[in-house]
Amino acid sequence: MEFQLGLIEQSLNSRYSLWVREALNDLSDNFTITDPSMSGHPIVFVSRGFLKMTGYTKEEVIGKNGRMFQGPKTCRSSVMQIREAIREEKGIQINLLNYRKDGTPFWVFFQLSPVFCKEDGRIIHFVGVQVPIWKNSRKSICGFARIQGVPYENEFRACKSLLESCRRELLSDSISELDFLLNRDSPPDSDIRGVDIEEPCEACDDEKQRAAIAISNILSVLTHHSEVTGRLVCERRCSVPRVGILCSSLNTSLNRIKQSFVLTDPNLPDMPIVYASDEFLKLTGYTRREVLGRNCRFLSGIDTDSSTLFKIKESLQSEQACTVRILNYRKNKSSFWNDLHISPVRNASGKVAYFVGVQMDEDDKKQDEHGLNPKMKQLSTVGAVRVAVRSLSMTVGCSRG
Amino acid sequence: MLSIKRVPTVVSNYQKDEAEEVSRRGGCGRNCLNKCCIEGAKIPLYAFKELNKIACSKGLCCQYENSVPPVAFLDSLLLGEWEDRMQHGLFRYDVTACETKVIPGKYGFIAQLNEGRHLKKRPTEFRVDKVLQPFDGSKFNFTKVGQEEVLFRFEPNENGGDTEFIPNAPVDVENSPSVVAINVSPIEYGHVLLIPRVLECFPQRIDPESFLLALHMAAEAGNAYFRLGYNSLGAFATINHLHFQAYYLAVPFPIEKAPMKKIITLKDGVLVSELLKYPVRGLVFEGGNSLQALSNSVSDACIYLQENNIPFNVLIADCGQRIFLLPQCYAEKQALGEVSSELLETQVNPAVWEISGHMVLKRKEDYEEASEENAWRLLAEVSLSEERFQEVCALIFEVINTGDAENAEGSPSCPKEESDACVKKVEAKNASPRLPVTGTQECLV
Repeated sequence: MEFQLGLIEQSLNSRYSLWVREALNDLSDNFTITDPSMSGHPIVFVSRGFLKMTGYTKEEVIGKNGRMFQGPKTCRSSVMQIREAIREEKGIQINLLNYRKDGTPFWVFFQLSPVFCKEDGRIIHFVGVQVPIWKNSRKSICGFARIQGVPYENEFRACKSLLESCRRELLSDSISELDFLLNRDSPPDSDIRGVDIEEPCEACDDEKQRAAIAISNILSVLTHHSEVTGRLVCERRCSVPRVGILCSSLNTSLNRIKQSFVLTDPNLPDMPIVYASDEFLKLTGYTRREVLGRNCRFLSGIDTDSSTLFKIKESLQSEQACTVRILNYRKNKSSFWNDLHISPVRNASGKVAYFVGVQMDEDDKKQDEHGLNPKMKQLSTVGAVRVAVRSLSMTVGCSRG
Repeated sequence: MLSIKRVPTVVSNYQKDEAEEVSRRGGCGRNCLNKCCIEGAKIPLYAFKELNKIACSKGLCCQYENSVPPVAFLDSLLLGEWEDRMQHGLFRYDVTACETKVIPGKYGFIAQLNEGRHLKKRPTEFRVDKVLQPFDGSKFNFTKVGQEEVLFRFEPNENGGDTEFIPNAPVDVENSPSVVAINVSPIEYGHVLLIPRVLECFPQRIDPESFLLALHMAAEAGNAYFRLGYNSLGAFATINHLHFQAYYLAVPFPIEKAPMKKIITLKDGVLVSELLKYPVRGLVFEGGNSLQALSNSVSDACIYLQENNIPFNVLIADCGQRIFLLPQCYAEKQALGEVSSELLETQVNPAVWEISGHMVLKRKEDYEEASEENAWRLLAEVSLSEERFQEVCALIFEVINTGDAENAEGSPSCPKEESDACVKKVEAKNASPRLPVTGTQECLV
């Protein structure tokens, strides 16, 4: 967990100046910043307004995925649309039913915007702004047609809900809660059991505009603080991702696979590593920077059997899968026996886009008496990589994926 | 009798053309799934924790927030076993070598060029005017597949305990296993078949317990991109032995993005909506107080449809939280000669995956020219007319929302010619105590 929190800190620190948090905290809007390149696409920053709106503490939110605010009545097709926007690294604006910590649902206008690296066009973060949709605006602007249709019932409902909230105010002996209820800046009253919360809700222009202004304020803070570090970010993708870099949605999917493996690209000269999992780095002792772009042969050493290497070469040439037992070396020169499985991985056009190499050392073999055997685990990694590569190269714009 | 000619899909390497089919008796020596070979066979068992009574405020996917299952169902077990069969060359082709794309446009239909799927098979006559047909042991069924095609057993944990994985669980014939087997003609990576209680030889017909099993599988996979599907007879199922299909495709299906209009909340809290802006009219079930409640509502609706001879397809999406029910009439139209030859020439069979927006195309030219318009035109032919759809919905709601015995009187009875099937069904009910007597769906014969 601490390791994870460290990574989250790093997500902002590596890109922006140290004062970025302070500057973001000065903004009064409700928003989160998430990092799609990290496993689980976690929230790496949350604004005070957002915490106030949802009733969570910062510790409860940081490191979690944004789906924690959704609940049983959240429209699934809206969630699908958000998921697709994230995958395609695009922005989206949508009305969404979210849930507070105490379980009460409320409608927000949600605007999501990607933040790109100016230099290589990779996605860095997503900014998500949530503007609560006011009940009275729902009634006067959005729900007008419905109210016209059934005037009596709606009036009745409105009265009933008013009555309920009054009762709550009376019951509440805390002045602060009363303040909370009367404060226009606090989220809209959600105690509306009388009103059908799952009824689709439309944001009005005012709410849409508030979201747009918030996004532009946040982006200007981020841009400014990235200038200080020299690692500039921007709102629109300015350059096409460099050859050899995986599109970030593929990176994200691969990050979910908790096994030691690398991806190499046979379409680039000398077949360099284009992806290395955290477990691979742990196993070999190298950092990501030290392995990306290099051919896998640096893992071999003086006692590595050359006939094994030849066998690997053959299977790469014939685009066939193979399993070998090979002596490999860590960064600290210590050696280990690696039950290596290599397999070609095809993209959506059916062409071999990568080779995946899954490592298995003696430790991996010992584990899991009650679980799957290590061989199956190794193969499941191949399967998960295949699904990720194929699915994510199906849409245009991520064709290298 | 209405029938269509089509090339049947080869789902198992043991599926021969009907003419070549030789029945295998006693200890056939081919390591099949039937009683002759399976007693004591060791097949991995994934015994899941039943979610029947669990109502979770944040949906049903969060079951493992506190305890981690011994084996990740989808990512480790299913994908690992599937890849293993791929390395052993059990599939008829490498599905990852089939070209696929998202068709540009508003809806995001998905097209795949699959030239290998329908080779080496002769067109066969399929009867399309009877949704319920008795099981015929002389035809291909899943007891005939080889054990190597089975990935694992998928059953509720008998003791009601937590999810368990037993790598070498001996099969007990008396307790008919539910198995997950590969489809040797996959339409995507991880394409499998779930066969509830394979040795009971149920015909292709929804029953509450089997449907709940399918929902559990979706919940257990815990990944919205792993979906299950069901085709009834007359809606492009080709094998009359109860099975669900499933595969893994990490792209949203157009049907999942379609807007919905709420129609009704059922007594168990299950919300039923109507699909909007989609070429095939259909119902969407979601929510409910428990997985069981959701499952029962959908299976009741399916039972109504099958007993009234209305072909349908079911898509289980969103980890079992959203279920699409789509009555259809394409095969009937096809049999009556009402489908244009242009559409027929594409040889696309609009089963559950096609209806959901994943189009498997057999001809290169269809793939190259695939457009939103073409996909829409085909699917529009599948849909019931607005009038008929509303009529069917009204009847479904009458059956699923009341659930008291009195309604049985008013519930539609089986047509005369179906009486055989009904008698069989009553017999089956008597023979196997596992089917609860619901009262509402009884045939009045």
